Amino acid sequence: MVDMTADTDQNDAGELRTADGQPLKSSLARAQRRARTRAAILVAPLLLFVLITFVVPIGQMLFRSIHNDGFTMHTSISDGVKTPIMVNLRDWFDDNPRGTEPDEAAYEALVMDLRLLRELRAPGQVGTRINYEHSGSRSLFTKTARRADRLEAPFKEAVLDVDEDWAEPELWSAMRTASNPYTLSFYLAAVDMTTTPEGDIVSVDENRQIYINLFIRTLWLSALITGLCFLLGFPVAHLLAILPMRTSNLLMILVLLPFWTSLLVRTTSWMVLLQSQGVVNDVMVAMGIIGDDGRIQMMYNQIGTIVAMTHILLPFMILPMYSVMRTIPPSYARAARSLGATSWTTFRRIYFPQTIPGIAAGSMLVFILAVGYYITPALVGGSDGQLISNLIAFHMQNSLNWSLAAALAALLLFGVLILYWLYDRLVGIDNMKLG
Amino acid sequence: MKTKFYLATTAMVTGLMAASVASAQEVTVMSWGGAYTKSQVEAYHKPFTAMTGISVNSVDASNPATPIKAQVEAGNVTVDVADVEFSDAIRLCDEGLLVELDHSMLPAAPDGTPAADDFIEGALQDCAVANIVWSTVFAYNTETNANAPDSIDDFFNLADFPGNRGLRKNAKANLEMALMADGVPASEVYDLLETDEGVDRAFAKLDTIKDSVVWWESGAQPPQLLADGEVVMSTAYNGRIFNAAVGEGQPFEIVWDGQVMDFDLFVIPQGAPNMEEAKKFIAFATDTQRLADQASWISYGPARKSSGELVGLYSDGVTQMGPHMPTAAANLENALVNNFEFWADRDTELNERFNAWLAQ
Amino acid sequence: MALATYASPTEKAWYYAYRVICALIFVFLISPILIVMPLSFNAEPYFTFTREMLTLDPAGYSTRWYDLLLTFGMEAPDGPRDGSWWADAWANAAWINAAKNSVIIGFFSTILATVLGTVAALGLSRPEMPFRRIIMAILISPMIVPLIITATGLFFFYSWSGLANSYVGVVFAHATLGIPFVIITVTATLIGFDHSLTRAAANLGASPTTTFFKITMPLILPGVISGALFAFVTSFDEVVVVLFIAAHDQQTIPRQMWNGIREQISPAILSVATILVIISICLLTTVEILRRRSEKLRGLSPT
Repeated sequence: MVDMTADTDQNDAGELRTADGQPLKSSLARAQRRARTRAAILVAPLLLFVLITFVVPIGQMLFRSIHNDGFTMHTSISDGVKTPIMVNLRDWFDDNPRGTEPDEAAYEALVMDLRLLRELRAPGQVGTRINYEHSGSRSLFTKTARRADRLEAPFKEAVLDVDEDWAEPELWSAMRTASNPYTLSFYLAAVDMTTTPEGDIVSVDENRQIYINLFIRTLWLSALITGLCFLLGFPVAHLLAILPMRTSNLLMILVLLPFWTSLLVRTTSWMVLLQSQGVVNDVMVAMGIIGDDGRIQMMYNQIGTIVAMTHILLPFMILPMYSVMRTIPPSYARAARSLGATSWTTFRRIYFPQTIPGIAAGSMLVFILAVGYYITPALVGGSDGQLISNLIAFHMQNSLNWSLAAALAALLLFGVLILYWLYDRLVGIDNMKLG
Repeated sequence: MKTKFYLATTAMVTGLMAASVASAQEVTVMSWGGAYTKSQVEAYHKPFTAMTGISVNSVDASNPATPIKAQVEAGNVTVDVADVEFSDAIRLCDEGLLVELDHSMLPAAPDGTPAADDFIEGALQDCAVANIVWSTVFAYNTETNANAPDSIDDFFNLADFPGNRGLRKNAKANLEMALMADGVPASEVYDLLETDEGVDRAFAKLDTIKDSVVWWESGAQPPQLLADGEVVMSTAYNGRIFNAAVGEGQPFEIVWDGQVMDFDLFVIPQGAPNMEEAKKFIAFATDTQRLADQASWISYGPARKSSGELVGLYSDGVTQMGPHMPTAAANLENALVNNFEFWADRDTELNERFNAWLAQ
Repeated sequence: MALATYASPTEKAWYYAYRVICALIFVFLISPILIVMPLSFNAEPYFTFTREMLTLDPAGYSTRWYDLLLTFGMEAPDGPRDGSWWADAWANAAWINAAKNSVIIGFFSTILATVLGTVAALGLSRPEMPFRRIIMAILISPMIVPLIITATGLFFFYSWSGLANSYVGVVFAHATLGIPFVIITVTATLIGFDHSLTRAAANLGASPTTTFFKITMPLILPGVISGALFAFVTSFDEVVVVLFIAAHDQQTIPRQMWNGIREQISPAILSVATILVIISICLLTTVEILRRRSEKLRGLSPT
């Protein structure tokens, strides 16, 4: 463009100018900037909305996974007054390094703190917090706090008299950990680890390990379900892609209808089908495949979870594969055949490689959705068909260990975001299609 | 920020809510759902609304103690009155999550006996007023069981009584029943459970049937599981089985051997939005007549002595309620009274152990 | 693709076997949805086909479960079915209240998601949009992040901000979940959008507003409507978030179903399911018609 300045008379810097005398370059830049701003203004309200109703809440949840003030602060439920608790003991922890044998001063601090707890009705809160770190200690706090007023010096003896478990170094280590409201211990707990009194990080006792196994089970079941979806989805997507448009549009409805039907409806249907007195068992009994007393247990276990989730997620596999297969020109396959390839070779060497983008898109989508599934396993999964989401819900609604729930959720979120990032890299979010 | 955010949205909330919520005076009662909630609706809620004009919202939960604890701790309480188990009432009260109740608000018995003397022992607590005595029992479907089980041992005997078992997804009552089935006399169960060996022994006993268990959470599930043939026997709240058997004609039979008795109590969570109505409701619902009425809808014993003599027939008009109550002499031969102190202290820990055991 | 004349016998066998396999998979896909329909008319409270049902004996069928949907929760369900009976049903029946809530929440969250989503999609489809990729990723993420995580986050956030147990809270949450669908469908429509049309309009003196309403809007409308339908279905079907942040006042149909399934799966649940399936068939048809219309409008494909 610079060459063209030769044609103009005004050539301070040899620039092209617009009608109002502005240099074209800056004018263009301004127009660009204005267009950018306009685009940004259009997006801004939604971005703000999603930040507030989605990103901030999740951030807040992540904060909870590293912050728990159950051992340091009591908030009155009736009037909201905040009272620092366990002050004496926390001072003692500050003055003495990890590993110090608790002495009379420590026990005296403990008793003073327990007396305050009794007054505030907070022994349960503190006991619950320590129980997260050292299972079995909640009752220790409630029991001892109930008698704290009657305890007299020497306090060490008096406390140990109430319960000798107070001497356990693990308990003191747990209290030291909890005395800082910022902690990574919930993440440790979420991967079945704990801190020893010496400060080492080790795996927890074998019969208390839950989460690692559950993460593995979640990944394994998700992979299995993805695999099943692929096996069932591939032939259907292929058929839909090669049939004439009119027929395939009709058959497509059979894929889209489940996709549009309520998740709960589909889960209920599977409960009806899979019950031991349900339709599938009835049919098998009627056909003589199994005896009436040999009905197969297909619900309230992993089978239920796998079958129902495969059905529910199958459309998410078929649709992306179909949209890729539709674009594969049949002439390639014909060329291969005419060059002497068998139909199997043609499929394996020519057709299949071209479907891989669709397979990748479908598989990743199904896997991402499966990893976070909650409703279906909760209803048909029994105890061995539960996934990590169900345990997050359990800690949210039943055990009320919210920090642990948040830590588990954070780990799951982290995994899902990695998959999402991969999906974006490999497939591109722009290519996501619905129906 | 917090207040602003709240204010900004309040206007919209009101606009939206005007469509569906109108009633000025109301009270929200959370209970256990199914036949039990129905008995309360008939015996308490309807007469209460008729007398006071305060409408009652009935909300169900599989165990109201956890949602109200969650609500109070999160600071958004929507429930005014909750119906909880004994140990939970004590535990929540200890944690300061419940409103303390003045027992003088409770009406005296018709003969003038003050409420404090009329309620059976333990039924009045600082934060709670009992309404019923119920029990965890096991029941079986007479059509799917060739032999009739008659003791708690049979529940754990897969060899002679094959088929799936239904158990509540919870440590409470399961551990006690496991020990009783293992030959521990009812009187020694809690002493044994205080020790690690006792807990291990209970879990070991549960291990023997673990693979055949279908776990239930809400009280309406066991009758359903029994009726659908998903299980051949199941633990259950006795009243649910009674209603399914007598009320709906299901072929269920209760085995009272090894039953674990408990109270259900009314409590008010801290921060309940309708505190005054809640107190009125509790006073009304636990008077002599109401408790007796309730027993004509479901086979749970009233918590007042004076209600006992008013209990007569089931709502079908022919069934005598007496023999179906957990407290009937014939049902008490090998019965255990739930030790609320034990569970108030150990609930969290044992359920944690239970869940780890379940996940393995 | 017809069977080629030069196909070998194995290929012929495979040709038919392949179609049988596909037919079986279609049966697997569709039968669970169809099976609930006849069973919802079961006269017995069971989930199996009774002998009467199989022999098409009218005695085996009844609409009692549909009736239960009306009467469940009513104050006087047994009275004569006059005006006051229907008023009672309208005010107190649990399923009717759930339906009202579902519609109210679905309506407002759809409006919110569609308006914000469409406007944003217009911005996102402009090539000059800065940080396009990352913003797109953020806006789509509510669809990808497991619901349980969203629900957990919202539970804490709403408890703290006072939005818990309110209609507004549920509407906001559902709008957030519906937004990705609106973005995806509207952006897809905009990809085929011919920008010379808006330039021509501007050239002819139309203001940006006029251009938008006269030119852009009619062309992207099919995408907007199908996005809105997706958003509505998302809200209409959502249960996890409602479980965590809504009180009994905001019980929706899925929430009521969840209660029902956990407590006892009576055929009443199946009758709700049947109604929902019919609704989804209607919605699916609408979307399909819209899609074809849009393709025709943009001259993309001859179907």
